Amino acid sequence: MMITDIFARNEVSLGSIRQIPPGEGRNFEVQGKRIAVFHTRSGEVFATQAECPHRVGPLSDGLVGNATLICPLHAWKFDLRTGEALYGNCGLTTYPVRRTAEGELVLTLALERE
Amino acid sequence: MTKQKLVVVGNGMAGARAVEEILARGGAEMFDIVMYGEEPYGNYNRILLSNVLNGSQEPTDIFLNPLEWYRENDIRLHAGVRVTEIDRNAKVVTGDDGTVEWYDKLLIATGSRPFVPAMEGLNRPDGSPKPGVFVFRTIDDCTKIAGYASKCRRAAVLGGGLLGLEAARGLLNYGPEVHVIHLSGHLMNQQLDAIASDILRTTMERMGVHVHLNTSTTAILGEESVSGLAFKDGATLDCDMLVISAGIKPNAEIGARCGLTVERAIVTDDQMRSVDDPDVYVVGECAQHRGKVYGLVQPLWEQARTLADHITGRNLSAAYHGSKLATKLKVMGVELASMGSIEPTDERDEVVQFAEPKRGIYKKLIVRDGVLQGAILLGDTGKAAGLMQAYDRASALPEERASLLFDLGGPKQEATMLEMPDDAQVCNCNGVSKGAIRRCVTGGKRSMKAVMDATRAGMGCGSCKMLVKEIIEWASEGHVEEDPSIHYYVAGIPLTKPELVRAIQEQGLKSVSSVFNALAEGIEDAASKPGLASLLKTLWGAGYEDERDARFINDRVHANIQKDATFSVIPRIYGGVTSADQLRRIADVADKYDVPMVKITGGQRIDLLGVKKEDLPKMWRDLDMPSGHAYAKSFRTCKTCVGTDFCRYGVGDSTGLGIKIEHRFQGLESPAKLKLATAGCPRNCSEALVKDVGAVAVEGGKWEIYVGGAAGAHVRKGDLLCVAESHDEVLLYAGRFMQYYRENAKYLERTYGFLERLGIEKVRSVVIDDSEGIAERLDAAMQEAVEAYVDPWLEANAPKTPNQFTTSVEVEA
Repeated sequence: MMITDIFARNEVSLGSIRQIPPGEGRNFEVQGKRIAVFHTRSGEVFATQAECPHRVGPLSDGLVGNATLICPLHAWKFDLRTGEALYGNCGLTTYPVRRTAEGELVLTLALERE
Repeated sequence: MTKQKLVVVGNGMAGARAVEEILARGGAEMFDIVMYGEEPYGNYNRILLSNVLNGSQEPTDIFLNPLEWYRENDIRLHAGVRVTEIDRNAKVVTGDDGTVEWYDKLLIATGSRPFVPAMEGLNRPDGSPKPGVFVFRTIDDCTKIAGYASKCRRAAVLGGGLLGLEAARGLLNYGPEVHVIHLSGHLMNQQLDAIASDILRTTMERMGVHVHLNTSTTAILGEESVSGLAFKDGATLDCDMLVISAGIKPNAEIGARCGLTVERAIVTDDQMRSVDDPDVYVVGECAQHRGKVYGLVQPLWEQARTLADHITGRNLSAAYHGSKLATKLKVMGVELASMGSIEPTDERDEVVQFAEPKRGIYKKLIVRDGVLQGAILLGDTGKAAGLMQAYDRASALPEERASLLFDLGGPKQEATMLEMPDDAQVCNCNGVSKGAIRRCVTGGKRSMKAVMDATRAGMGCGSCKMLVKEIIEWASEGHVEEDPSIHYYVAGIPLTKPELVRAIQEQGLKSVSSVFNALAEGIEDAASKPGLASLLKTLWGAGYEDERDARFINDRVHANIQKDATFSVIPRIYGGVTSADQLRRIADVADKYDVPMVKITGGQRIDLLGVKKEDLPKMWRDLDMPSGHAYAKSFRTCKTCVGTDFCRYGVGDSTGLGIKIEHRFQGLESPAKLKLATAGCPRNCSEALVKDVGAVAVEGGKWEIYVGGAAGAHVRKGDLLCVAESHDEVLLYAGRFMQYYRENAKYLERTYGFLERLGIEKVRSVVIDDSEGIAERLDAAMQEAVEAYVDPWLEANAPKTPNQFTTSVEVEA
């Protein structure tokens, strides 16, 4: 992994997009933090906090449709683009994430916003 | 202001009622009113004529408006005069006595006359009316019928509709033996279904009326007077008189003669004006509105109100939109109420029925999506008023349908709603109070779905949904809006299940993503995915293109997710029968993976709870037992009792049957979970009566099969589907039922809801009697599904997706 350059901008490579099947999410342990990363069927990628603000449900196990995520425990619903709650009363922290032309996932942690 | 002149042709209930309504709106100041009536009386309530015939009322009792009424209201009445011509250019009408009246506005209310079917021998050879033949329409008819009947030995009534039966009942009082001749296969086929007709027929026969169904009369016998009837099948019936009551024919000829559009009757617009002439209004049985001609009073009242609003200018936008028909009456002394549809007309229609033929009681409701479409009450009409109101307003019905048919003794709904405190918890799963729902409604949310989405009420186990609906209704004062998506199979595709199935099959859509692409413009809806996956798997079997993201997490990892994101492992223990070896393996696995809880389940299996995702495949391998599918919308388990092996009461081998059932149906996908049981005797220790499918052994080596039972959020005793002769027959019928359910149930609709929606009669007729000729196909489809079974726990050795069993991927620093 060519990480030197990436670290300079506090970016972290998560490895290949192939670790996440299309339409699903997976958790990644990054710098002591657990982040949920989603790979939609249209090829977009999103990253959010790993646990649901409602009852700590594992968001990466949720259902994804377009850019909407449904928590598997009590069906709270979120907009993956903004973290906004579409069901429920508390939104998610999101993280910028992109996929490179080579299919590598790159997460930016420094730009975290609440 | 100079008055206009209003001429009313027809002085029956419709004409007189319209004039009353006009007067009530200050019409006397606007119009000089002239009325023509063929009968030399004021107007009377024709509905009560049968009482005059049977002697319970005098003709004077049934007059609505005596002649004084006309005088008091300055109405000029041409009594006993028939209008022969209308000249719309000159705006004058001519009576058969030569009188001429000009008009500004004309109201045609000529009503109808009895329909007399074509028959030989209606008249005498010289063309004069044959003595003994009557129609039943006017006061004069009543008097003549009564006079003639008292000298008769045997009387026949042609027509087994409402009026015909009333005539038959009236005739009984005058002594003759009475026969009713009816063309159709059941009496009062407009208002009653076959079962109700049968009960009514029995009641009538007990009263001494003879009923001839499916009988077509071809001739009236007798040269000088009636001596009998001849029927199409060649049979004859001796009789001295005949009362014809075979329906009505609108008196619309006068409309046709003056150039108005006439189809079955004179065609009107929504203001009850002829579509050809804004100065000519038409009301009652001679009017055809939106293709319908009404022969009952209630529509007539509604038409008269609209007409009066419009003609007086009180409300120029008044419009009649047609009537919902509901009648409550007494026929042959039997209480009867009938409204709307009498048979289901749509696959969503749910039929609620109660029959007690011995006491002549029958009740039937047709309900569609919680709204009354029609009802029949026979013998006991105590609940008619509420039902008629619910039907008229299309208001939502209580989930406990029995309360619609019987007084269950509970307090009335409105009282309960008012009394229920705001902080009363309505949804016990999501902790939503009555007040929260009320505020949501007053805040503008008016549909069930909108309120549920906003408050989450009813989104847990769903058992409070009906209460939520009632609160919404109460809080919105009945102005509930229906969200169209409630009819869709899944919210994300705007199609009902049959429409969706057709589209999927026609377009050959085999994966969830292809369905979204073809039917939802490529827009995925997350919540719709599992429902589509379930349907596609059922439709295509092995040809289904599995996409793992369409599955709920349980079905991706073949385990049930727990509150702390761990999982539970339940291996299949066929029929609840295990062995020391299996138990030892389970114990070893529990030790090795440090399982925090080991529990015996309600389905007679062992649950290992609190398992990490990573450990799932390892534990499956170590257990070397197949998946129990305790996490899926599928066949779950078959609970058994000890049966004949050891139990001293057992009459059938229930454990053997349960094991066979589990082997055959294990893992079978279905719209919702299927929990089965077998019981070795009617003591039912395994609770087979409250399972989706339950088989109960009865003496003689037979098995009763119950379907649609429930004992969860909803409690329901299953309906007896059939009695099977052997284990193999149980497997056959249970399988066929489950396949029918898989194909026709809505997603997440349990068998109890499915049974309540379709009715056991319908299900039995398809599954047992093969009324639709699909039994063979259902059996083949089930066989295919059984053969497509693969134990999902084999994925322990071959994961289907990257990181399928990984809680979190470690990223190298």
